[in-house]
Amino acid sequence: MAGEGVDYRPMWAELGLDLPMHDALLEAVGGMYGQTFMTQANRPEGMGYLDFVMSEVHGLRIKELDDFRKSGGKVVGTYCLYVPEELIRAAGAWSVGICAGAEWAYDQVEQILPRNTCALIKSMMGFKLGKVCPYLEEADLLVGETTCDGKKKAYEELGKLQNMYVMELPQMKRAKDVAFWRSELVDLIAKLEALTGKKVTAESLKASIKEVNDKRRALQRVNAARAADPAPISGLDSLLAVQVAFYDDVPRFTQMMNALADELEARVADGVGVAPTGAKRVLITGTPMALPNWKLHQIVETAGGVVVGEEMCTGSRYFEKLVNEDASTLDEMLDDLAAKYLDINCACFTPNEGRLDDVVRMARNLKADGVIDYSLQFCGTYQIESTAVQKTVHDAGLPVLSIDTDYSAEDVGQLSTRVEAFLEML
Amino acid sequence: MRVLGLDIGSRSVDAVWLDDGRIVDWAVADSGFDPGSAAAIFVDRGAHDAIVSTGYGRHAARERFGGTAITEITAYGIGAAALHPDVASVLDIGGQDTKVISLGSAGKVTDFEMNDKCAAGTGKFLEVMARALGFTLEEMAAAALAAKSGVVISSMCTVFAESEVTGLVHRGEDRGRIARGLHESIVTRTLGSLRRIGAKGPLVFAGGVAKNPAMVELVAKGFDGAVLVPAEAQTVGAFGAALCAARSEA
Repeated sequence: MAGEGVDYRPMWAELGLDLPMHDALLEAVGGMYGQTFMTQANRPEGMGYLDFVMSEVHGLRIKELDDFRKSGGKVVGTYCLYVPEELIRAAGAWSVGICAGAEWAYDQVEQILPRNTCALIKSMMGFKLGKVCPYLEEADLLVGETTCDGKKKAYEELGKLQNMYVMELPQMKRAKDVAFWRSELVDLIAKLEALTGKKVTAESLKASIKEVNDKRRALQRVNAARAADPAPISGLDSLLAVQVAFYDDVPRFTQMMNALADELEARVADGVGVAPTGAKRVLITGTPMALPNWKLHQIVETAGGVVVGEEMCTGSRYFEKLVNEDASTLDEMLDDLAAKYLDINCACFTPNEGRLDDVVRMARNLKADGVIDYSLQFCGTYQIESTAVQKTVHDAGLPVLSIDTDYSAEDVGQLSTRVEAFLEML
Repeated sequence: MRVLGLDIGSRSVDAVWLDDGRIVDWAVADSGFDPGSAAAIFVDRGAHDAIVSTGYGRHAARERFGGTAITEITAYGIGAAALHPDVASVLDIGGQDTKVISLGSAGKVTDFEMNDKCAAGTGKFLEVMARALGFTLEEMAAAALAAKSGVVISSMCTVFAESEVTGLVHRGEDRGRIARGLHESIVTRTLGSLRRIGAKGPLVFAGGVAKNPAMVELVAKGFDGAVLVPAEAQTVGAFGAALCAARSEA
């Protein structure tokens, strides 16, 4: 997936990547991308931007990060949407979500982590140990979070290999938890200011809140269009948009997503879709799908269904809620940020009934015919919450299919049978 | 009008021919390493107006022979409902997977569950265990029925259970009790799946494993409702596919 005519190899070598393994990764991901995305019929033209971004995923974007750092900028890598991008940007740094969506270097990972660790955490370690992720190597600081026991403990190991800072995310949502989380934001600011040498001011934070909200608004527009039948954009392409949102340049991405949304709204007005009217519509809920994890969407859409929404961190949870923009003092902004971020409904919280309401609301708004509840194997929080999700969806009168899987291809045959049978049942 | 239903599974290829809605012929062959060719022999056996494929090989079959493909879940629902109009649920234990299906009216699937990636509790599991015990499948079922009680087998994983069985054999445990324990462990797990989807009787028990009398007896004992085993339990999927072909042509 290297850019044509530009040789990025010296840059990758300088970053310390394992070049032969990195070539193998790019070839594998490039092949997957071609087979998964470029074979889709009647895609919106606006997807050309994301195709280009993906074709340059380790090229042009890394060059941008590289140039930014060489001019004194700092890059902060994150693994979870609870780490506020607004604060990172307000301190003058750039935030990149580090992907962890493919099986890589598991042989090395399993020397450090137990085999029965979830695929996301194994992948996170694999990209580091395998030296194939230029985003990781461009990161001056990694900011982790205590969302689950697996990540929390794996960060201890990752922290031995790279500059790492971990925020403590409370696991309940009482007033004292919000206050505690706010204090974690204050500590993060101090850490970021020490990194960049720049102060987070009311002015810089206000600007970054607006900027990141604008990105969310653009994604809200893209996703609202999916309520139409026929759906104007595939689930795969919509998922990709959110995956790219984690690492692309913010103003440029916002502009391109608004252009895509314009096109989708025109498609809806003209009745143009990517699947025939009446194609079975599926809402997916569950664990995040980090780049390049497109497995379930591909299975659903290859079987003739269309994914109309993702109630997940690489979906609605990323863009649905905005930060209040009316605050004028830093204190007020921190209150707003703390409140917004603790209002995200991840299964690491208890109780987490808000998620159940979100699933039913989204299924209705997006006119889903059925819901697929997706958990990564060994992700205890989501696997346990699956019981409540299934019951809630069932009680709301919608069929639900529960899937437990990982990044490997070994169960694609069986998953396809289950998904196809589910679509036939709808 | 003559139609063909094909069920291309991991262990066998099953075919059912219908003429004006009535079964006129059926056949079963081993899948072997080339299930497509096994199916081609059936396809070439005579003219047909429509063909519907199901099972693991359904997509490959559709590409090779034309027609359409449906999943085994839908096919078993249709097939079971045609055999027993009042059926409320289906249990299908095949060579490589287990499916439990709840049916509404006219064989319409309302809920189902299927085992995940491994072959735990399937026909393959029984084959491996029979070999570990030095039995044929028929001998193992007979020994299980003759034993008064079963040894508790804690592992459902085919690989781990084989080690567990080897350990029991070396400790001098009675082969019949081990055989019974193996059947009981599959049935306990299967009954759990049936309960999870709220399966009601009558239950049609289909698939190759329904030919195993020990499995049938234990399922009937544990399930709350009537258990019906079709005479040709293995071909219910192919029959459902053939009915689907007949309906689409009608």
